[in-house]
Amino acid sequence: MKSIEWVAIYVLWLREMKRFVRAKSRVVGMLGMPLFFLVFMGLGFSNIPGLPGDIDYIHFLVPGIIGMGLLFTSVFAGLSVLWDKEFGFLKEIMVAPVSRLSIVLGRTAGNATTALIQGILILAISAIMGFRPNGIVGLGLAVVFMLLIATTFIGLGLIFASNMEDMHGFSLIMNFVIFPIFFLSGALFPIENLPEWIIKICYVNPLTYGVDGLRGALVGVSSFPIAVDILLSTVFSIVMVLLGAYFFKKSESV
Amino acid sequence: MYAIRVENLTREFEGLVAVDHISFNVESGEIFGLLGPNGAGKTTTINILCTLLKPTSGYAEVAGFDVVEEKDRVRENIGVVFQELALDEKLTGRENLEFHAMMYGLRGEERRKKVEEVLGLVELYDKADMLVEKYSGGMKRRLEIARGFIHNPQVLFLDEPTLGLDAQTRRHIWDYIKELNRKYGMTIIITTHYMEEADYLCDRVAIIDNGKIIAMDTPQRLKDILGGDVITVEVEGDVERLLQCLKRQEWIKDTKRRDGFLDLTVEKGERRIPELINLSQKIGVNISYISLHKPSLEDVFIHFTGRSIREEEGEKNIRRGRKGFRR
Ligand SMILES: Nc1ncnc2c1ncn2[C@@H]1O[C@H](COP(=O)(O)OP(=O)(O)OP(=O)(O)O)[C@@H](O)[C@H]1O
Ligand SMILES: [Mg+2]
Repeated sequence: MKSIEWVAIYVLWLREMKRFVRAKSRVVGMLGMPLFFLVFMGLGFSNIPGLPGDIDYIHFLVPGIIGMGLLFTSVFAGLSVLWDKEFGFLKEIMVAPVSRLSIVLGRTAGNATTALIQGILILAISAIMGFRPNGIVGLGLAVVFMLLIATTFIGLGLIFASNMEDMHGFSLIMNFVIFPIFFLSGALFPIENLPEWIIKICYVNPLTYGVDGLRGALVGVSSFPIAVDILLSTVFSIVMVLLGAYFFKKSESV
Repeated sequence: MYAIRVENLTREFEGLVAVDHISFNVESGEIFGLLGPNGAGKTTTINILCTLLKPTSGYAEVAGFDVVEEKDRVRENIGVVFQELALDEKLTGRENLEFHAMMYGLRGEERRKKVEEVLGLVELYDKADMLVEKYSGGMKRRLEIARGFIHNPQVLFLDEPTLGLDAQTRRHIWDYIKELNRKYGMTIIITTHYMEEADYLCDRVAIIDNGKIIAMDTPQRLKDILGGDVITVEVEGDVERLLQCLKRQEWIKDTKRRDGFLDLTVEKGERRIPELINLSQKIGVNISYISLHKPSLEDVFIHFTGRSIREEEGEKNIRRGRKGFRR
């Protein structure tokens, strides 16, 4: 049997799309927190010290907020395997004659599409608040970064889900994984202002490069060369999805 | 050829032996039943056979393929209806079937035709485009059965397919199952703790308790183990005298006296009742009560375990109610 079956990937992607379209409240709900941050941080601080280049805070903030939205949505989407387990549907997927890798890729494709739609929605809303992206090429590049961020954290969510029985550990993950990743990524303020030892942590955080890349693509300023951001984000993304697939395959689904 | 071969299959969960060295074979085209009370190990057995659980030890083969070493080949050849619902409730009935059919490689026109066909068979044609979350329990079950066989599997697993359904729906589902077996020659493994179900549907039944198979045969032969029907009589007058007289009749296989009643084991009980009455009148003993009990698989279970399966049924319904039966 081939290890990548396109039909299966398509089916699982399509399933996510149908569910997404039908769950309007979920879409709005997931936009809530990023928009909250965007409005209160964006309006609250017009300028903070140490911003790179000569951009104002809202232009610094928007890429970070997009990264944040993608982070939360994606980890949650990765964890959604646990919902399927809870509702029994996981068994139906697991007895299907398709490789476990295809299952992971199909889910990831579906979840990444959903995350991308949300990222673009946040971008559109920030345009209303005066955000001006850096031209069409920058937008295209931003989409690439959004997908890389999304797949990285879907993979991370899947790694957790495969090692958990149910959703009980969710708040632990929220407090000790997701929030630190968010705050230590340079999403809200430049990491250069932080103490040396925290900067080191930021350097091993996948979101740091994702947000930096988004910032480079959308507003033209970044801490690292954009090629470095792309390279590292791609590596993180592939490693996370493969690790997710590995743990998913290992876990027993009943 | 065997559709399923199981040898010394064992599965432990942290010290608890859920399935304990069971062995059985199922012939191609057979309807085979696993009958047993809660926690007997039926679902665990099914989960191993459909590749979702690893056995702790032992060997099992489905459609000629090893369930551990050749998972993919096994999966291609089976359909499964799980004990707990396994539908995507945010999709419509038709979408659930379509997606499943696509996963199993049905294409284009063939797939469309097949979806229509199975929707018709389980009488869900009118409800096909409704979201599954709006379905009733019976409709969900029928949809799952349709999904289980839409890809024409060689072997179909049904884990308590009629649990919690009303008598009429249950009848219907029995009919589909018989039809599938007859029309497509599908091998069917069904687990149940309903005696009538096992009796009515299965060519052969394995009675399973505490992870072990305690008896396995056709329902008729299992019941024959008990030696026949039981006529129970109550008499006014000299019980002892009647008993002595009955003991001389060679058509009475066994007699048992218990608080005022006599239990007589005979064959074709309904034909012996008149004879019994004649006999007692001849010796001047008056019969005041008479009843006939045909053995069921329940009696077979009691015969082997000293317990009744039904005793445990109530407990299960309570458990189910709390969990919100079949989400
Ligand atoms: N994942 C698991 N972890 C631990 N114990 C388990 C697990 N699955 C089943 N068991 C135990 O194994 C035994 C057999 O369970 P199983 O579900 O196979 O029974 P069953 O015959 O299907 O019962 P029922 O009629 O209630 O469905 C039970 O004692 C059960 O508690
Ligand atoms: Mg069970």
